[in-house]
Amino acid sequence: MSVKSDWPHHQRKRFSLGGFLWQGALIVAVLLVIGGAAWNAANGLARQGIASGFGFLNNTAGFDISQHLIDYSAVSTYGQAFLVGLLNTLVVSVIAIPLATILGFIIGIMRRSDNWLLSRVAAGYVELFRNTPLLLQLLFWYNAVLVSLPSKVSESLHIGDVVYLNRRGLSLPQPVLGTQIAAPLVALGISVVLALLLRAWAIRRHRETGRDFPAFLIGAAIVCGLPLIASLLTQQMTGVTAVSFDLPQPGRFGVTGGWQMLPEFVALLLGLIIYTAASIAEVVRSGLSAVSKGQFEASHALHLSPVLVLRLVVVPQAIRIIIPPLTNQYLNLVKNSSLAVAIGYPDLVQVFAGTVLNQTGQAVEVVLMTMGVYLTISLITSAAMNYYNEHVKLVER
Amino acid sequence: MKVFVNATIVAALGVFFALGANNVIAQEQTTLEKVKERGQVNCGVGTGLAGFALPDANGDWQGLDADYCRALAAAIFDGDATKVKFVALTAKDRFAAIQAGQVDLLARTTTWTMSRDTANGLNFRVINFFDGQGFLVREDSGITSAKELDGASICLTQGSTAEQNTSDYFRANGMTYNPVTFATSSETVKAYENARCDSYSNDSSALYGERQRMADPAAHIVLPDIISREPLAIGTLQGDDQWMDITSWLHYAMLTAEANGVTRANVDSLLTSENPEIRRLLGVEGDVGTLLGLSKDWAYNAIKAVGNYGEVFDRNLGSGSSLNISRNQNALWKDGGLQYAPPMR
Repeated sequence: MSVKSDWPHHQRKRFSLGGFLWQGALIVAVLLVIGGAAWNAANGLARQGIASGFGFLNNTAGFDISQHLIDYSAVSTYGQAFLVGLLNTLVVSVIAIPLATILGFIIGIMRRSDNWLLSRVAAGYVELFRNTPLLLQLLFWYNAVLVSLPSKVSESLHIGDVVYLNRRGLSLPQPVLGTQIAAPLVALGISVVLALLLRAWAIRRHRETGRDFPAFLIGAAIVCGLPLIASLLTQQMTGVTAVSFDLPQPGRFGVTGGWQMLPEFVALLLGLIIYTAASIAEVVRSGLSAVSKGQFEASHALHLSPVLVLRLVVVPQAIRIIIPPLTNQYLNLVKNSSLAVAIGYPDLVQVFAGTVLNQTGQAVEVVLMTMGVYLTISLITSAAMNYYNEHVKLVER
Repeated sequence: MKVFVNATIVAALGVFFALGANNVIAQEQTTLEKVKERGQVNCGVGTGLAGFALPDANGDWQGLDADYCRALAAAIFDGDATKVKFVALTAKDRFAAIQAGQVDLLARTTTWTMSRDTANGLNFRVINFFDGQGFLVREDSGITSAKELDGASICLTQGSTAEQNTSDYFRANGMTYNPVTFATSSETVKAYENARCDSYSNDSSALYGERQRMADPAAHIVLPDIISREPLAIGTLQGDDQWMDITSWLHYAMLTAEANGVTRANVDSLLTSENPEIRRLLGVEGDVGTLLGLSKDWAYNAIKAVGNYGEVFDRNLGSGSSLNISRNQNALWKDGGLQYAPPMR
């Protein structure tokens, strides 16, 4: 049913020439201002003899970056330095968002717990971390993490000869794929398909008979087990290990080899997760509070366990209220990751809007590109969350 | 609604024309005129480096660069060395600050490089300190040469030439290192002190200055290796030749004063000197000051305010300071150093 047709006739929009002209004039004026500013900037740069344009992206960078997920060295270009920074920003955000969500849900649910101690601990957590500046928290984590760890390689905390922890970071064994990898990969593909089929079957059976089946656990066992068996068989037949491990080696100045996690990365990740989780906890609490009391009482009356009350009745209703403010928290997290600059983590702002801007002197181009990246990431996150929101929202009939 | 739209358009057009007008003014007014109109020089200095620019207990900036700024104020404002505003800039922000007109010049331990001279739109002419990059390490590490740093973590400040020099040095020597870079030098030094890095690398003069501010200066040593040339120069914006002339001839005047034995103490008595170079320097004879757009006694005012280059050096970096850095390359040309002044005539 269309609402519009109910409007009284006199409220209907009429075409007004005057209004149309004014709106047109406003648009022209705004364009003039933007154009004027751009012209002024270009002119100013040219007058001061400052280079402009995006050609600098192909020039050799000449500096090194501590953490790079793609091949990068001092002979790489500024464009590659941009990608390194972008990936470092993305990796920290992509890891932090799910972890902050899980922690935030736990704290938020704890806050509504009947257990006095649990709810007070959760409240204390939220108040402490939500009410202090993130920058201070990052500096705290960074310095606390650094100072509490052993400074010398020889005194590193270690688990056997495979995991080392000291002020230079955490070193873990890195899996290296061997040459005979086809069979285990095929096995992995097959096991994923099997697990999905199992899940579909379990859901259908539950709907028809009401009986439960531990599809998740068995599915996980299949996904882990089949490729393992396949790689062991391959090893037996060809004599080549499917997956070997690059082990960290302690040296004079630090641990080399393996998979290195910088203390800057750990501190930033920790800071972002703990800070954002406090805000997410509040979002979750408000969402849970919005579910009417009758729903709790009704589910208790059905003799559902507290976990099932949350899982089957309360959370599905609360999630509709939680998602829009949760999106905001995700966007904040991505943008807050730029505080990395204070603790030496090479994120986009540190690498690109820092060193590259300074070396090339092309502030306008660099800042525009950096802004464009954050805008794009935020819009994509928003779009994904809006899609999910549409998916879970109450369908009104 | 109409009133609102109307006001918006007027405001928008106002901004547009203001931008245009601003542009015209910027083109016509020279830096000297702007400085005189403002009544003070905005001098871009570092965020705190002993010997170059560091606020003392009273909040007064002390150091080679700070005194240069004072001398400039004295030369422009008839001997009033207080007409200077010190603007502390991080290595990362300094070029944007001068490009945007926030400061009139950089006396900020800025290495003169070709790309800064060209792509950044700056001009350099005088080098007020010849420096080179070195490494600071903990004494108990047992490291005695930079060649032993293969695989080490090195703390660096962003936006300094040190970032690229270190990369060049390790690449040229076939060694590897892990850079840990921070936006400001205080963060960098703190990370080094916290043992995040094996070494802190910067201009060697800065290493001596920073070491002095550490909890236990004796626990750290500066390695003998110097891996780069760091001519620390006065930077001005391109396109204002008069301003570059003023800022460079101020330095030359301070060198000329040292070469002729003109000091803060004896400058008044030397006004009657018969030495033609001293007479021209102090504005008794000739008219070099007005050619710069300043008064005849501009150099006299500068020397009277801070002294000659040698005095300023000794007070802030040399034997008169706790840093005790020797003149070496920064000695006058006649003593075998690189500080050379063209003739003032």
